[in-house]
Amino acid sequence: MQRVFVPAAALCALMFAVAPFLVVGAPYESTMGLVQKIFYYHAPAGMTMFLAAFVSGIASGVYLFRGSRTGDRIAAAAAELVVLFGAIVLVTGPLWGRKAWGVWWQWDARLTSSLLLWMMFVAYLLVRRYGGPGSEKLSAAVALFGMANVPFVYVSVNFWRTLHPKTSVVSTLQPGMRGPFWFCVGAFVLLFVVLLISRVRLAQQLADLDALYLQAGDRASA
Amino acid sequence: MGPFLRVAWLVMRKDLTVEFRSREILATTLFFALSAVLVFAVALVKEGRTVVDAAAGILWVAIAFAGTLALGRTFERERYTDTLQALLLAPADRPAIYVGKLLGIILMIGATEVVIVPLVAFLFQAPLFDHTLRLIGIIILGTVGFAAVGTLFAAMLVRARSRDTLLPVLLYPITIPVIIAGVRGTSALLSDPADLAMAGFWTSLLAFFDAVFLVLALWTFEPLMTES
Repeated sequence: MQRVFVPAAALCALMFAVAPFLVVGAPYESTMGLVQKIFYYHAPAGMTMFLAAFVSGIASGVYLFRGSRTGDRIAAAAAELVVLFGAIVLVTGPLWGRKAWGVWWQWDARLTSSLLLWMMFVAYLLVRRYGGPGSEKLSAAVALFGMANVPFVYVSVNFWRTLHPKTSVVSTLQPGMRGPFWFCVGAFVLLFVVLLISRVRLAQQLADLDALYLQAGDRASA
Repeated sequence: MGPFLRVAWLVMRKDLTVEFRSREILATTLFFALSAVLVFAVALVKEGRTVVDAAAGILWVAIAFAGTLALGRTFERERYTDTLQALLLAPADRPAIYVGKLLGIILMIGATEVVIVPLVAFLFQAPLFDHTLRLIGIIILGTVGFAAVGTLFAAMLVRARSRDTLLPVLLYPITIPVIIAGVRGTSALLSDPADLAMAGFWTSLLAFFDAVFLVLALWTFEPLMTES
């Protein structure tokens, strides 16, 4: 893991340095113009958020049923990243919406389900932070239930607010936009992987350090 | 009766007996639900008339709030006397204990609903009883879904700090599909003429939600309640 980390982090930094130039070079969207550029960061951040939620849910399941500590650490790191990328989505979304629709927020299916997913993982972090001892299991259940809930939230919100643009934007992108878009998706996913690896490693080292402290304490008292 | 059902039955009977002797949860949740309805009436009644669809929303918010209170109190009782630990030590299937707790909570929330539903119909002139059976179906399925998730989380929170605030924090985002389906299904029945196809869609969504989350809760209750 450590051997791939440095090159991956360097590549990620490079991609984020190049991305703005690609976004500027992409053709203008006919109706929205310049505002549409936010899409190149907004949509990849959203995709990464859902990816992180699934990683967290699956890792939580592994932790619950196998008792794997690494599973728990991956789940916790991914949950933090859901909140991080979710925050990017929830800030860029209204900025775009204000210009494109004239309002900051609409109770549209995708907006509402992203907000709810984000809230579930904020709840995950709250439980871990304030739940006291044993809250790892509790938070694992939150992630697992949160993941299972995604389709229900989506279907119910979709039927509650049926009036909205379909999700086929990505497949109908103009050829000139497609390249920069997928480049940005790659950059965001790579950023997710890099952050996940470093966060899991940090948790690992904290646990090791705790174990060493305990050992040293035993030796001192013996 | 198999051993699984027998354990579930005994756990449920125990909870209901304890409740019947003090009537604490029933009395307090009922009054709390009534207060919640009043607060919403202040917010949503304009010039003596209710905002469209308000009745369905008020009904479900009252159910969700009262349900949270009932869940919290039921497990607080167990925590106070350390009886949940004893219950888990019993040589019985853990999922059977979960089902017993769940049944007790569903019945307690159900008892509150028996009063709240007619009250909302009465206070907001809502034609809730034009399609009584469909309405009962939606309410039962919604209550089961809410309680299925709630029982699991409330049971886990018994050991946690700041459990009173964490329960709604965890419960509402996860049960939001139940609330949406309940509110939309009920208001489809209330519209004139009643939109039965829409109500049917929401009822089946609730049934799906119940099935998935009951299975998930039964499956995870054992590893979640095991201390490590």
